[in-house]
Amino acid sequence: MVNWIWLGMIVFSVVFAAANGRAQQVTEAAFGGAQTGVTVCLGLISILVFWLGLMRIAEESGLVRKLSKLFAPIVARLFPDVPRDHPAFGYILSNMSANVLGLGNAATPMGIKAMQELQTLNPEPHVATPAMCTLLALNTASITLIPTTMIAIRMNFGSANPTDIVVSTLLATIVSTGAAILADRWYRRRSGSPPIALSPPKPNAETKGG
Amino acid sequence: MVSFLHALSTWAVPMMIVLIPLYAAYRKVPVYETFVDGAKDGFQTAIGIIPHLVGMMTAISMFRASGAMDAMLGLVRPLFERIGIPGEVLPLGMLRPITGAGSLAYATDLIKTHGPDSMIARIASTIQGSTDTTLYVLTVYFGAVGIRKSRYALKVGLFSDAVGFFAAVAVCWLLF
Repeated sequence: MVNWIWLGMIVFSVVFAAANGRAQQVTEAAFGGAQTGVTVCLGLISILVFWLGLMRIAEESGLVRKLSKLFAPIVARLFPDVPRDHPAFGYILSNMSANVLGLGNAATPMGIKAMQELQTLNPEPHVATPAMCTLLALNTASITLIPTTMIAIRMNFGSANPTDIVVSTLLATIVSTGAAILADRWYRRRSGSPPIALSPPKPNAETKGG
Repeated sequence: MVSFLHALSTWAVPMMIVLIPLYAAYRKVPVYETFVDGAKDGFQTAIGIIPHLVGMMTAISMFRASGAMDAMLGLVRPLFERIGIPGEVLPLGMLRPITGAGSLAYATDLIKTHGPDSMIARIASTIQGSTDTTLYVLTVYFGAVGIRKSRYALKVGLFSDAVGFFAAVAVCWLLF
């Protein structure tokens, strides 16, 4: 898909350039764009170096674990089919906490670990379970406290107040995460899985017998 | 309320910068050494984005310079500007779930073209910052455990992206 979008943009550019007589401008734009790409990345170095340093402090101090405790009751409700003492539960919590702090590099391995643990509860290894779909929904919506990359880019282009998007981003991400959770619950209910935990679930009870 | 939210935006970063090391020091973490250790990863991360961003910025700059962008925006603008959505941010909403580097490049292009403090730049930053690349997350997470049938996961992800897009526009109109 990405390949087609990229190719499509380039092909359409040259076709339109031919039609509009803008070959020269398009050539300049190609190299100018490449230059902007490098400049923006170099501008990102300062903020990423600083922020990842700060976030390592957060990790080492046990803040990620603290956040996990805070999320535990919410996660228990979102994943009614995962037993609370199952290792998947812990990984889901770490994944969410790392996402909130904007620790993408830490969040992905934790999320994959969580998926692997959820796979042990899966009766059909090639088909996603409702719990897997919920974990994915949380990760695609990804609540993040500080949008560091966008702050850095606005700073690079001389914004008067680069951090003024913090709250707008936070509000938008809360709405989209809420939408993801609601949609996930709706599909869960339709597929016949329990949307809310009323009693402790017993995974694989029947598959073990058969 | 709006002024409180603006204050929150301004103070969120400095508060994190002081509170995280303070809490860590209280927990007896060697703050400076830990900082330097973690900061090393930032360099690699920033350098690693270069090829992706150069590729996408090149294509988007060409697309704009050739007049193709204006032709495309001309089609969608009348429809969306009636409900307060700048036509310029629509391609961003479409790119966001598909390619992280592509949407970052397009958002950068909007910030460069319209100025970092324009409404378009603020909406673009909010959209880019508030969601993740759905297709990428799906491929990585399900790919890692060999899931081939993702059931309704893609629909849920795309739905939340669409809701997030409209929420970003609405929130920016309320705040700025």
